[in-house]
Amino acid sequence: MKIVSAKKILAGNDKIARENLEFFEKEGVFVLNILGSPGAGKTSLLEALLPRLRESMPVAVIEGDLATSQDAERVAALDVPVVQVNTEGACHLDAAMVSSAAEALDLPRGGILFIENVGNLVCPAGFRLGEHLRLVVLSVTEGDDKVAKYPPMFQKTQAVALNKVDLAGALEFDEEKVRKDLERLLPGGRFFRVSARTGLGLEEVETWLREERACRFEETSG
Amino acid sequence: MHEASIVEALLEAARDEMLRAGAERILRLEVTVGALSGVNVEALRFAFDMLAPGTPAEGAELDVVETRALCACRACGEENPVEDPFSACPACGSVDVRIRGGDELLLSSLEVEEKSSAAG
Repeated sequence: MKIVSAKKILAGNDKIARENLEFFEKEGVFVLNILGSPGAGKTSLLEALLPRLRESMPVAVIEGDLATSQDAERVAALDVPVVQVNTEGACHLDAAMVSSAAEALDLPRGGILFIENVGNLVCPAGFRLGEHLRLVVLSVTEGDDKVAKYPPMFQKTQAVALNKVDLAGALEFDEEKVRKDLERLLPGGRFFRVSARTGLGLEEVETWLREERACRFEETSG
Repeated sequence: MHEASIVEALLEAARDEMLRAGAERILRLEVTVGALSGVNVEALRFAFDMLAPGTPAEGAELDVVETRALCACRACGEENPVEDPFSACPACGSVDVRIRGGDELLLSSLEVEEKSSAAG
């Protein structure tokens, strides 16, 4: 007997992701999924952003890695609530992992929850977690061909932060190429030039996060 | 190798469909994989061979239908299938195009063996 199904294979994950998002909305938590290669500077960007945001709103972090709690320790050193998820070999976070992690976390109601995905430019792209938005961190040290080589990651995000721009000159990094590739894959997407190390461009990212949060959660407040 | 997670989800979805149909074994699975889905078909097949044993899909045939994206050209108005997200219009060469679709990842259909009515 033939059964016609036509179901999304990842429908199960999508369903949990929708439940996560409903839960986060009910709790007043704005959620950002941060993606990018190992070493792109996802944790460094968080370390630079968290102290700036924390002055005016609660923040918290879910850290995803194959192994170790090194990233969570870096965040905890800033006195920010953090839960480490070890995927034990899996190359991406999924919605169920985020659901369990959120239960263990002191939720940043009225603020922002950052989910730092496993460092990987391929696998996490198809797995929704229940986030409002995505930010892909791309660093100049990875080379200017990465947008073209890993299209799904850049098609499924809303914003890209080009990190380590203070090193771009030494690496002869072609930023125009990256911007042109992004225009094709992500028309209308946000693009930030940042250096987590020097602080360059962080204000723009911070403003973007505040605005995106405000337009979802603050329409009723005076 | 996220194909392993995808195959796990596929096997679960297929098992649900099989149970709903009152069947007990899956003979064939047809999946649709878009060219821009980020899924490698060889890795998907490898993961299926590794993970299907011990499930109702053990020994089942895996048919993969690969689909392409659609390139809609603003210059000449033509729509053509493409595999590359950076494609120019295959008809007129313009790069003023919109690429859509091609990210499908579906369990399209399955063939199941019904329980024999004689079985107690």
